[in-house]
Amino acid sequence: MIIVDKLYKGFNGVQVLKGISTTFKPGKTSLIIGQSGSGKTVFLKSLIGLHTPESGTISFNGGINTEFTTEQKRQWRQEIGMVFQGSALFDSQTVQDNVMFPLKMFKKQSEEQMLERVNFVLKRVNLENSNSKFPAELSGGMQKRVAIARAIVMNPKYLFCDEPNSGLDPNTAILIDNLIQEITDEYQITTVINTHDMNSVMQIGDKIVFLKDGVKAWEGTNKEVFKTDNEAVVKFVYSSELFKKVRLAYLNETK
Amino acid sequence: MAYLRHVGKYFMMLGQVFKRPQKGRVFKEALFKEFDELGIKSIGIVIFISFFIGGVIALQTALNIENPLIPKYLVGFATKRSVILEFAPTFCSIILAGKVGSYITSSIGSMRVSEQIDALEVMGINSLNYLVFPKVLATVLFYPFLVILAMFLGIFGGWVAGFTSSMFSEIDYTQGLQLDFNPFLVQYALIKTLIFAFLIATVPSYHGYYVKGGSIAVGKASTQAVVWTIILIVISNYFLTQMLLT
Repeated sequence: MIIVDKLYKGFNGVQVLKGISTTFKPGKTSLIIGQSGSGKTVFLKSLIGLHTPESGTISFNGGINTEFTTEQKRQWRQEIGMVFQGSALFDSQTVQDNVMFPLKMFKKQSEEQMLERVNFVLKRVNLENSNSKFPAELSGGMQKRVAIARAIVMNPKYLFCDEPNSGLDPNTAILIDNLIQEITDEYQITTVINTHDMNSVMQIGDKIVFLKDGVKAWEGTNKEVFKTDNEAVVKFVYSSELFKKVRLAYLNETK
Repeated sequence: MAYLRHVGKYFMMLGQVFKRPQKGRVFKEALFKEFDELGIKSIGIVIFISFFIGGVIALQTALNIENPLIPKYLVGFATKRSVILEFAPTFCSIILAGKVGSYITSSIGSMRVSEQIDALEVMGINSLNYLVFPKVLATVLFYPFLVILAMFLGIFGGWVAGFTSSMFSEIDYTQGLQLDFNPFLVQYALIKTLIFAFLIATVPSYHGYYVKGGSIAVGKASTQAVVWTIILIVISNYFLTQMLLT
């Protein structure tokens, strides 16, 4: 479980995160949503330790990440899987080498054992027979799946995704969403996703945290988001006519 | 003030670079890859340039010796000295700063803007050590061999120039090469090469690692890296010459 308590972070005198507190539970897919500039990326980067909070704490199963010893930090890093917005695959390495990379760095395993694990996770993300391809030879959706495979190859306890659907067609986006949710359920991972995709909000949002100007303006489930009367959330989530109609239909159905 | 900040940041970067590699096997793989990228792939340009510049030095020297009292073997002597003292270590390093420096900055810079460096950091990998240390070791270990190759080829280029132009004889040129050979000059050239190799690996790495923005920023950083590496090579060349030869 991840517990965020009164998190503050700013850059060059501009306060980006203003006292965010929330909790992310294992086996649940939590989504962080909000307009561009609301602090989502800074929040996610603070969670994974790329930004150090000015004040406030982030605890992972009871341990506060900024207070970890070097060894604890090394261990914690291995418990984290991250899927970056642009996939962040290593261009000069094949799919197999990309996925095997964390194993090579941190596991004392034979080449065969590592290859077995790589093939297992590649199969899990439906990417068999792509081992020898380079990232440039893959489509955007395939790159995302390789990134997910690399993120889960170490059996992480925490999975973070920064806009995993950006730049993907709706079908592929749904496939990626489903894949992330299945993996979260299967391995009881604590998954936190930064997204703009309202389909994801409706479909996989076990928990939704809405940020506005660096403040947590609302949180709830994907069912509660239909019913909320929080103006900022309604304006953001139901900005398109389609989603307005979906909401109306849902509210009529549940009356 | 901004320059001082960069100098401080550069040395702090070096502090992270020179740490024990996290995994020996991965480091060895990266090191051999860098030998290939930064060393083997530079052999061609070094051969090409050394040969022709050696020829030009010999021809220019021969053309400028008009006084019949000056012995013709001076062409070989002057070519040897010029090639060993300056051309091979300094000129080659400046060329390598352009070729290898821009490659290092653009490859590390692209990794920065495409979040590959963030991915390494999230995994708990010291990205500076993983990316830069093999490059430093590869250039420092390999470039002395490139410079020795450049010395031989430059001198050979001079010999071929005399042979093809008939401006000086083979015997005179060889006599000049053998005249007053001082092994310390080769040592001096190799000491300079080590320093230049270090600069060629670290200065562009610094520019690439701390780049901010997109592809245009990476392009600008590559240009800046090459310019600064050349400036530092020229300045350090002056001080090293003063320290080692005067």
